[in-house]
Amino acid sequence: MIVQAICFYLFAAVAVASGVMVISARNPVHSVLFLILAFFNAAGLFVLLGAEFLAMILVVVYVGAVAVLFMFVVMMLDINFIELRRGAMQYLPVGAIVGMVLLVELVLIFGAWAFGPEAGQSLAAPLPHPSVTNTTALGDLLYTKYIYAFQVAGVILLVAMIGAIVLTLRTREGVRRQNISAQVGRRRSDTLEVVKVRSGQGVETS
Amino acid sequence: MIIGLGHYLTVAAILLTLGIFGIFLNRRNVIVILMSIELMLLAVNINFVAFSAFLGDLVGQVFAMFVLTVAAAEAAIGLAILVVYFRNRGSIAVADINLMKG
Repeated sequence: MIVQAICFYLFAAVAVASGVMVISARNPVHSVLFLILAFFNAAGLFVLLGAEFLAMILVVVYVGAVAVLFMFVVMMLDINFIELRRGAMQYLPVGAIVGMVLLVELVLIFGAWAFGPEAGQSLAAPLPHPSVTNTTALGDLLYTKYIYAFQVAGVILLVAMIGAIVLTLRTREGVRRQNISAQVGRRRSDTLEVVKVRSGQGVETS
Repeated sequence: MIIGLGHYLTVAAILLTLGIFGIFLNRRNVIVILMSIELMLLAVNINFVAFSAFLGDLVGQVFAMFVLTVAAAEAAIGLAILVVYFRNRGSIAVADINLMKG
């Protein structure tokens, strides 16, 4: 039990600290790296909660895809980030007030949180016996009861993929590309002309 | 030293507040604003999984997966818009994004 508590405080402290660094780092590359650290520690918290599959998905999807995408964009765009930070202190008091009010409210609510006595009787899908792994249980639930929601999630990803491609696809003018169908479809009559040349008269070019 | 539901909810609340604070702090930098949104969605996911674990209900984890899906799609579309905008205008300052006069 003590090990679990130590792990929790370690993961939580590192996650919060890297969250602070994400929003305060001067260099956005550092922000992305601290975001990756925050995701890793959140995955550790998920493992502590017994949601191993979600923890692995978090590492694969966020660290493997989303953070790398951020890294690509940060490094690809040539932006003067120092100039972008100018005037940041102007909004600091408002942001601090809003953030503190929100944090105090959330802690007040969640600090006094307790499940109602009847909450345990109306579970939609109770956790299975500990011998069933988390991945199996999630799959059993996701592919049966929530199959339509699962399909909709797939459609959302498809739409996002097509949207991103359509947005960023650019057809450049003046680029000479190989057109294979035009090459293969060429006929001899289109390009070749046999001319009988009388000696001494030459050929008229058409 | 029992780690209860309140501990996880407090971590999630702090991360959510950091995300909102990050939007205020980096008002001119769209990339960091998108990262702040990712932080907020992460906090929401921690809440879902914590409630799921302590209530003994698996549906919270299923919904957390859908939140993850939407977050990934949102990041892809947002960054694509950002790249197109930078290609057209040569800047990503939020103050310059006022073409539609909204």
